[in-house]
Amino acid sequence: MKRSRVPFYTTLAVLVFFYLPLIILSVNSFNDSRYGGPWNGFTVRWYVRLFQDRQIWHALQNTLVIAVGATVVSMVVGTMAAFALNRYRSRLQMTHYGMIYAPLIVPDILMGMSLLLFFVALNVKLGLFTIFLAHVTFCVSYVAMVVLSRLQDFDFSLMEAAQDLGASHWTAFRRVMLPLIMPGIAAGGLLAFTLSLDDFVVTFFVAGPGSTTLPIHIYSMMKHGAPAVINALSVILLLVTFVLVSASRTIREKLS
Amino acid sequence: MTTVAKKKWHEWLITGPSFIWLLIFFIIPTMIVFAITFKPSTPFGGIGDGWTLNTLFSLRNPNYPAIIWRTVWLSVVSTAICLLLAVPCGYCIARAPKRSRDILLLLVIIPFWTNFLIRIFAWKVLLHPEGMLKQALVFLHLCSPDATLLYNPVTVLLVIIYTYLPFAILPVYAAAEKFDYSLIEAARDLGASHFRAFRRIFLPGISRGVWTAVLMVFIPALGSYVIPDIVGGPGSEMIGNKIAQRTFVDRNLPHASALAALLTLAVMVPLMITLVHHYRQPPVAPKKGKEAAQ
Repeated sequence: MKRSRVPFYTTLAVLVFFYLPLIILSVNSFNDSRYGGPWNGFTVRWYVRLFQDRQIWHALQNTLVIAVGATVVSMVVGTMAAFALNRYRSRLQMTHYGMIYAPLIVPDILMGMSLLLFFVALNVKLGLFTIFLAHVTFCVSYVAMVVLSRLQDFDFSLMEAAQDLGASHWTAFRRVMLPLIMPGIAAGGLLAFTLSLDDFVVTFFVAGPGSTTLPIHIYSMMKHGAPAVINALSVILLLVTFVLVSASRTIREKLS
Repeated sequence: MTTVAKKKWHEWLITGPSFIWLLIFFIIPTMIVFAITFKPSTPFGGIGDGWTLNTLFSLRNPNYPAIIWRTVWLSVVSTAICLLLAVPCGYCIARAPKRSRDILLLLVIIPFWTNFLIRIFAWKVLLHPEGMLKQALVFLHLCSPDATLLYNPVTVLLVIIYTYLPFAILPVYAAAEKFDYSLIEAARDLGASHFRAFRRIFLPGISRGVWTAVLMVFIPALGSYVIPDIVGGPGSEMIGNKIAQRTFVDRNLPHASALAALLTLAVMVPLMITLVHHYRQPPVAPKKGKEAAQ
């Protein structure tokens, strides 16, 4: 049957739209002109300057500390939440579900602002710790949703079979259920980690002096000068994203 | 302990951590925002005593309606354009042969995972007054040398679409991949035109994905703050910018809270509509489709 060509051309146009700005950005990162104007010749000095920038390394360190902390805590709390939601059908769980769902749909600017007011009202000093608390708050919901969808596919008769064969409830959970749920928990953790790494808006509200994260640093570079260095930084982050996304897809394909 | 009490205790034990965490760090702070909306502000950037409706009334005057209107139209138009592009893209990727489908999917997922500040910044470079695109356009006589491509509402619209389009394509693709395409062939055999088969069979079949896409674009678009801040000028501010300005620059917290509360309500309304639609629609549409196939 003859199919319409419209979807194909639309997809092609969309991919050009997606990648044109990124390609220009990458080309510009080798441009020897301070403000990304006309081509002034090839250079790698923006990359050299990037690697010498102590602030960037410090910001990266802060970002990773927060991301690892928020991922670990939200994986534990979010997984427990998913088990509760999957196992019990009660009024408590209905409220619980609403509370888990709401942070996913509320604009992040509201979350940032409300947490700022909350911390200020309680006289909590803004810094890495408040950023960590804020990140856990939005990561928990994502982890819970990802794990919950995995749990909904889980065949509970496997647990019964293990217990019929003499395993205790705890052993059956640890040896049968957890290994099967693990990919879901890992996927939730990966999502939490990237969300924490990338978050700008919420972090911007609850950050204090000396707690600059990488997105905040990028933002301040964008606002005041140093555009050429961001080009170089962007190319590196794009490459990291590309490698991570391809690797995770390859691993998943091998596993399945 | 009785078994019922024990079961209840177990339930609380695993519900507790997330419940208490979200109560403290999400519900209570949100309540504070709604409460402060009804508090007077002091000239020193603090919050006064007593309760007042003045903050809400002051939203009517000078430039707020214009900003609210701009936020709404930018969000609606960007959602509409994203859908218009996402449906054919999702369809095309879902129908592609396995190998090219993987590559296409990877190409959509990479922007999805890329830091969004960088994706916005890429547009700033692309549209730079002395950038390559501008030079090309001037060379082709498509724009005058002193026209500015940045800092206007249309640029904000373009970058919102750019930022959230991957979030629209992926749910549409997920739904289109599960769709049973023999239904379209059946409709065509029965004499439906391409367009009619698309509108009456395909679209209802992927409605869940389409609604998810609407939420994924519309909600973050309403709350946009960074995009108008970076590529927009004073004439393209959105509610998000005003909230940040009232919080950080003028320290007028009641004003900022009122705007944030308004934004939350604006998000809740379309969400409720979607949820109601979800509950009514999907059980009906696929069943009808299956009956038609038999």
